[in-house]
Amino acid sequence: MSRERVGARAAEGALNPIAGPAPLARGVELLRGCGPASAALALLVAVALLALTQGAAAIPPQTVLRVLLDALPLIEVDAHAPATWERIIVDIRLPRVIAAGLVGSALAYSGASYQGVFRNPLAGPFLLGVASGAALGAAIAIISPLRVDAYGFGWVPVFAFAGALVTVLLVYLLATGSGRLDNVTLILAGVALSAVFGAATAFILLTGGEEARPIFSFLFGGFNTASWERIAWAAPYLAVGAVFVAVYARTLNVLQLDEEQAAHLGVDVTRTKLIVLGAASLLAATAVAIAGVIGFVGLLVPHAVRLVFGGDHRRLLPLCALFGASFLIAVDTFARTVLAPQELPVGVMTALIGGPFFLWLLRTRRVEVN
Amino acid sequence: MAATAPAAASTRAAPAASPLLEAHAVEVELGGNTILDGVGIEVRAGEIVGLVGPNGAGKSTLLRAATGLVPLRGGEIRVGGDGLDGLARRELARRVAVVQQLPEAPATLRVRQLALLGRHPHLRLLARESSRDLAIAESALRQAGCGELAGRELGTLSGGERRRAFIARALAQQAPLLLLDEPTANLDAGAQHEVLELVADLARSGTGVLLVVHDLTLAIAYCDRLALLDRGRVAAAGAPADVITPELVGRLYGNSVTVMAHPQTGVPLVLPSRLGG
Repeated sequence: MSRERVGARAAEGALNPIAGPAPLARGVELLRGCGPASAALALLVAVALLALTQGAAAIPPQTVLRVLLDALPLIEVDAHAPATWERIIVDIRLPRVIAAGLVGSALAYSGASYQGVFRNPLAGPFLLGVASGAALGAAIAIISPLRVDAYGFGWVPVFAFAGALVTVLLVYLLATGSGRLDNVTLILAGVALSAVFGAATAFILLTGGEEARPIFSFLFGGFNTASWERIAWAAPYLAVGAVFVAVYARTLNVLQLDEEQAAHLGVDVTRTKLIVLGAASLLAATAVAIAGVIGFVGLLVPHAVRLVFGGDHRRLLPLCALFGASFLIAVDTFARTVLAPQELPVGVMTALIGGPFFLWLLRTRRVEVN
Repeated sequence: MAATAPAAASTRAAPAASPLLEAHAVEVELGGNTILDGVGIEVRAGEIVGLVGPNGAGKSTLLRAATGLVPLRGGEIRVGGDGLDGLARRELARRVAVVQQLPEAPATLRVRQLALLGRHPHLRLLARESSRDLAIAESALRQAGCGELAGRELGTLSGGERRRAFIARALAQQAPLLLLDEPTANLDAGAQHEVLELVADLARSGTGVLLVVHDLTLAIAYCDRLALLDRGRVAAAGAPADVITPELVGRLYGNSVTVMAHPQTGVPLVLPSRLGG
């Protein structure tokens, strides 16, 4: 199909004098389109590599690289490293870095999706209460009798997704009470629900006895429970969520106009909103199931990306995924090394960075929100 | 009716005989109030039909009904020969382009990007805009007099420029029918005529236009036919001079406006009564 389209485009280029020398123009366009993405990818690789060197044992980057190569199937490299280093990198640091990357991607990507659907730059999994709703769902899964203990995961993502969906629908209904989506009510409802769900989760944690202890890690997000098994469990949910939003990327561009205009341009507004909100909530819920509530990533990253690279969702979404991953890997590495051997919850770090950023946004973007 | 071409392919080649928009005995009820009560209207290729009437007469609702945004309680609306029920939103968007009264868009969106969004109904879900789409958007921008504005952000435009930018977006849809809801509102006299001259050009090149307009003199000057709505009913329809009569205007708009004949042409002019003495 894509070859067919390229052919069709080449034919148009030949017919259309405005397009100029088609292959050259397309090459330039491709480079321009790839530029930010490859830069973001390079940054991600660099940050991940740096993160793997950091920790109680300082392992030089070239050793990290050799160990990683050796760990790949079918490749044999002499790592020149003690076996403990290999175990530290492959079994401890790498899953943690990948988990942080996936969660950062999922939060930033879902944040950009919520912002697109609600046409509200402040929307995000944290401020909409979706993260707290997912955490409450996860808490209920943990104390529920139907727990199937798959590496401490099992029903957790499913319940977290249910919690996230209920929250986003509640927030949406509250904000459209007057017939039209009210952006201020949207955020206020999200913050209020977030407080209620947070309290309910704390209640379950405090009254649930020994069994409820893992819930603690959902309240203050962090990656100390990261493992290959969790990543393998979460990856399919993340992939499904990301693909569903990506399919609607251009439609989200049209939704930046008002809903009536989008309908006039052929968009089935209700269906688009439901699908994108559902997919974004799946991403946010899976992020919470992996690492608990981590605030502001879904607000901060999409905003920065939008400022630098513009608001076209076809570019915004993948860049959010890449920069979101780099950002959270960097913050998590900082959180686990700055006070070593003590570890700061990464959610505390993102709140320390994101809170002031949010306040700055409120001041500078007031006009657009109202 | 005529089995000449499959419905999907007939977007632009609707036979000249079949109207682009037909509304028959349309009834709309919103929140328990009857807004439209048996309205009929027709728009053909190349003509400008003006929809006039006092505030709350149901003009905007008729436009919204014509694009399926308001459910009908009774009657029927056909676009390009097909009933609204049988048309998918995308197909409808290829047949009708609409410019609402106060369309919204991010202040940082550039005029060219806005025009490109008009290509949405022609693109499949995962398709990118082709060079042909880009060329169509550029020509829509030029046609709407936005050629120089293409690189500007919407937030930096004047009222008239902004109106033309949204018209360019509608033109990029390449729909044979254009619905405009008060395109002259909040514009100065010069900008009002600029916009309406543009509309007249479009009609000359074959586009059918349904135009909601408050200023009766402008309606007479630019429309081929008028439909005067009053409380959800068509109070009068036909040639402008037949619709805008002193009796009807007096009845619907009160005594503060009056209709006079142009001293040279005899065309009716609607003026404030206090000028008439």
